[in-house]
Amino acid sequence: MTTHVPGDALVSLNAVNKHYGQLHVLKDINLQVRKGEVVVVIGPSGSGKSTLCRAINRLETIEGGTISIDGKVLPEEGKELAQLRADVGMVFQSFNLFAHKTILENVTLGPIKVKGASKAAAEKDAMALLERVGVGHQAPKLPAQLSGGQQQRVAIARALAMKPKVMLFDEPTSALDPEMINEVLDVMVQLAKEGMTMIVVTHEMGFARKAADRVVFMADGQIVEDATPEEFFTNPKSDRAKDFLSKLLTH
Amino acid sequence: MDVIFENLPLYWEGFLRTLFLSVVSGIFALILGTLLAAARVSPVAALRGFSTVYVEVLRNTPLTIAFFFAAVVLPRIGVKFEQFEIAAIIALSTYTAAFIAEAVRSGVNSVPVGQAEAARSIGMKFGQVLSLIILPQALRTVIPPLINILIALVKNSSVAGAFFVLELFGYGRQLANANGDAVITVLLGTAFFYLLLTVPLGILANTVERKVAIAR
Repeated sequence: MTTHVPGDALVSLNAVNKHYGQLHVLKDINLQVRKGEVVVVIGPSGSGKSTLCRAINRLETIEGGTISIDGKVLPEEGKELAQLRADVGMVFQSFNLFAHKTILENVTLGPIKVKGASKAAAEKDAMALLERVGVGHQAPKLPAQLSGGQQQRVAIARALAMKPKVMLFDEPTSALDPEMINEVLDVMVQLAKEGMTMIVVTHEMGFARKAADRVVFMADGQIVEDATPEEFFTNPKSDRAKDFLSKLLTH
Repeated sequence: MDVIFENLPLYWEGFLRTLFLSVVSGIFALILGTLLAAARVSPVAALRGFSTVYVEVLRNTPLTIAFFFAAVVLPRIGVKFEQFEIAAIIALSTYTAAFIAEAVRSGVNSVPVGQAEAARSIGMKFGQVLSLIILPQALRTVIPPLINILIALVKNSSVAGAFFVLELFGYGRQLANANGDAVITVLLGTAFFYLLLTVPLGILANTVERKVAIAR
């Protein structure tokens, strides 16, 4: 089940397939995400949702089908791929801040080295972004000196510094202590309100209810449901989704 | 002991030549070794293949053979040098580079894969990912093994003595021949001058390792 959005899809996946050996992790995935839309991808672990997210900026290769960003099909390798990736922000479960660079350098590196921005301009932008995610005063520190929640907010700032057309979040709060989850989600909700196009793989149902325009439910490598949060949480159509939701609500 | 003090100028000259061979070969080996390690992890299959073959051949054959090639075979196929030092530097740096490549490669493998993924996801090209993100972290973790390799290089440079380069060991052997009654003293003197190079390297390794460690 997919909703087909006519025309201006910013991210478009058509008949995407991928195997890990025998395992068919992505089965004929079709997904269109419009500009400004916030799509939350949920599903049991092993359902292929992280793979889907990583395939969109080709950290995972695909075997069949096409993925296009803003009308351009993802190139396989080289300079064109690097250029396209610069337009796609990515936030990882494990933050992946550059361990040998300061917080400020983490955010300025992309604009300086990839976009050719001047150091002064990049630092000014970076400080504004760091302030916006609430870690401005940490700028001269190294990543290991920050808490997980702070590191993840820096990672969001690092991605935003490239002025991406779309942001991908691959389980951004799964590696965080419970008390730090909200500080990251708050930043993401704010981002959604400001009109950023977002694809978010998460287990945070609260975020899905609050910020998502659409919820995509995946199981066994397929998109099983694609609906508004209201519709999905109150009236799931498939047994697979009903089963998944019932397991969440028992706790 | 007199034999050492009387021949201090010779020892000193040998010491300087050993230092020269070690420093120059060390610099070439570090550059070549890092390039080989980069080739080994590159997406280009031909580069990976070349690097693998190079490392396996040089690492698994005796240094003497490398010297023999540089000093005897190269001139026969038309590569002539004015001094045998150049042959010694070629042999020492190509041989040592194989070990450095392996050490750097292990360092590259120790950098979490997420670092490269994050760098790629902000649009960096392969060369930038490697030079800005991976290698700076990899090199810091392999400083102790790198210094070990450099210490081995200082000692390996003594093989040059057998190929017409009068370095520390070459002079030591000359002196031993000339002073048959004081061979042990002469060799102890030679060993002392090697220690003068290698012990500080070991101390440097410890200091640098503590200073550049990366917290994760």
